[in-house]
Amino acid sequence: MVPITPIHYLILAAALFALGTIGVLTRRNVVIVLMSIELILNAVNLNLVAFSRLWGLNGQVFAIFVITDAAAEAAVGLGILIAFFRNRETVNMDEVDLLKW
Amino acid sequence: MLTSITSYLHSNETPGAAGNMFWALLYILAIFLGLSIAVIAMNWLERKVLAHMQVRLGPMRVGPHGLLQPIADALKLLIKEDIMPAHADRLVFWMAPLITVLAAFTTFIVVPFGPTHAVTDMNIGILFMLGVSSLGVLGIVTAGWASNSHYPLIGSLRSSAQMVSYEVAMGLAVVSAVLMTSLHGTGVYGTGTTGSGTGTLSMIGIVKAQYDQQIWFAFKFFPLGLIAMFVFSVAMVAETNRAPFDLPEAESELTAGFHTEYSGFRWSLFFLAEYSAMIAVSSIAVTLWFGGWLRPFPNALTGATWDLLFSLFPGFSFLGLGALALLSAMRMPRHRMFKIQTIGLAGFGALLALIGLGLLVPPLRDRVQDIYWFVAKVAVFMYLYIWYRGTFPRYRFDQLMMVGWKILLPTALAALIATAVVGVF
Amino acid sequence: MQPVATTFFFYFLSALALLGAVFVITRRNAVHSALALIVTLLALAGIYLMLYAPFVAGVQIILYAGGIMVLFLFVIMLVNLERAEKEKQFNQQWLIALVAAGGLGLLFVRVFTESKTVSGLLQKPLAQLAESTNTQQVGIALYGNYMLAFEIASLLLLVAIVGAVVMAKKRI
Repeated sequence: MVPITPIHYLILAAALFALGTIGVLTRRNVVIVLMSIELILNAVNLNLVAFSRLWGLNGQVFAIFVITDAAAEAAVGLGILIAFFRNRETVNMDEVDLLKW
Repeated sequence: MLTSITSYLHSNETPGAAGNMFWALLYILAIFLGLSIAVIAMNWLERKVLAHMQVRLGPMRVGPHGLLQPIADALKLLIKEDIMPAHADRLVFWMAPLITVLAAFTTFIVVPFGPTHAVTDMNIGILFMLGVSSLGVLGIVTAGWASNSHYPLIGSLRSSAQMVSYEVAMGLAVVSAVLMTSLHGTGVYGTGTTGSGTGTLSMIGIVKAQYDQQIWFAFKFFPLGLIAMFVFSVAMVAETNRAPFDLPEAESELTAGFHTEYSGFRWSLFFLAEYSAMIAVSSIAVTLWFGGWLRPFPNALTGATWDLLFSLFPGFSFLGLGALALLSAMRMPRHRMFKIQTIGLAGFGALLALIGLGLLVPPLRDRVQDIYWFVAKVAVFMYLYIWYRGTFPRYRFDQLMMVGWKILLPTALAALIATAVVGVF
Repeated sequence: MQPVATTFFFYFLSALALLGAVFVITRRNAVHSALALIVTLLALAGIYLMLYAPFVAGVQIILYAGGIMVLFLFVIMLVNLERAEKEKQFNQQWLIALVAAGGLGLLFVRVFTESKTVSGLLQKPLAQLAESTNTQQVGIALYGNYMLAFEIASLLLLVAIVGAVVMAKKRI
């Protein structure tokens, strides 16, 4: 078997990133779109941690910042979702088409 | 193979750190068995203690003083019909109890029962424990959702909100204890002389830091350690969904909360997970604030005499319990209908006394000491759980949120900042 | 301690992560998606452990799986999605999106494997990371080099808290 090198981790991260992008671009349900964004952030994290295997700890510190960001993003995103659901009774992405109701 | 098994006996590491698979598996098995026995004992003790608090007798029929009641209950649960609601989400319904049980049991691989008596010692020990025990809520939430019924859904909604709120205060309280591992303290608070000076998250490292600094963290920087301990011990009751924070399963409002639709074996898995989680969070509290496996006054009362005296504790507690059982056997009514019960109780007492005698043998008595003190401290916390349930009325949901966000969180933050300030200056 | 059976665990955990990711974007039911995402997150935590990053793994479990995902499940149950399950799940541009995202992923892989510059960068010998003091070193880096970034992150979290409260509250 091939020994596991950082390249393997990078390819896994690329695959996760692509899957997350597909989710963001194609799904209608806002909750699942937010989850796909989490997938993308995780792919980035995996990249950073894999690079930290080569260049030392800085990547891990960055990964922690990204996780912090993800927490903030999830809180605000879900807050917007609840506000939107209260006004329009729907959670579909393509029905968010009015600037003001 | 055999040499790798025996060579571990002379090493001063946990099996995980030594990389010894055999002993690691043995430890996991021992912890699993011990937990199951503890949960069974806890079941009996809770009913008995609650009953005596309410001036009742509690279970008395199955076995002497209801000692066999938990076993009878377990048998009943195992052979009960396993019902799945008609429109339940089958896969999630099936998975939910497993998630809770796995999360509750997995935490125990880093619990230090002694300097070498842990499955492994992780660099991120306490973080791992908090993280994995917080996964248990996923099982509760999904159980309520998958039941496709109103009461469980409300129960799981409450549970998720409650967990997220109290985890914050809990984490901050833990951080202030972790901070103490690296602080010596100066001035009036100068207590330690040989503190290691470097902080650690490892469970074993935290207990060792308490030994080095010659103080339990509950009493360090008085009263800051006590405040953090208090915040944690309130938050841990909320985290395990126990009274007075048992809103997710409030039986007067929600029938049985998130596990209304569960029956038989699946329900007993939730039961097992709840009690294991209680033991797990109590172990965190004991490790962080009450010196883990350390016996009382390990630095002050040293010398051969004190060592001998403290090492007699495990044996004599078992002997005392055995004597208690024998005494109650003698006080049983002298009637032929009670003959089997009396003999059974006397036999149980004799068994306990035998274990006690065995623990007085010198090599064994030194080996089990750490485990004994750890378990004794955890048992105090478990008794507190029963005591809370017997005395406190249940919180309303808005009160629960208020306590979590407006009282515990600022208190924990203030204690953390004060700890840092006192420790540095 | 050296990680054991790295190859097996890498393929096992990546298969788990990818499977979870596929389920996240294809399930009709949002709760199933959330559970699949939790599987992915836990598998990634295992992979971080293999990369000598135990602290990041711990943060991943406690913050992502224990915090953010519980929040997601809470919101999913709060906004009742039974109607959403029966509706169309994908929008009209799904084919274009699929091609574009797949192309993006393939581009990444090609850059990682074919590009001379990148493979030159990746030919570096592995850094010596001490697993036993990982937490301490991450802490020193966070409060040393990245002090300002750390403070800004705390500000960001404050803004997020206020924003979430403003969004979700009916009347302020």
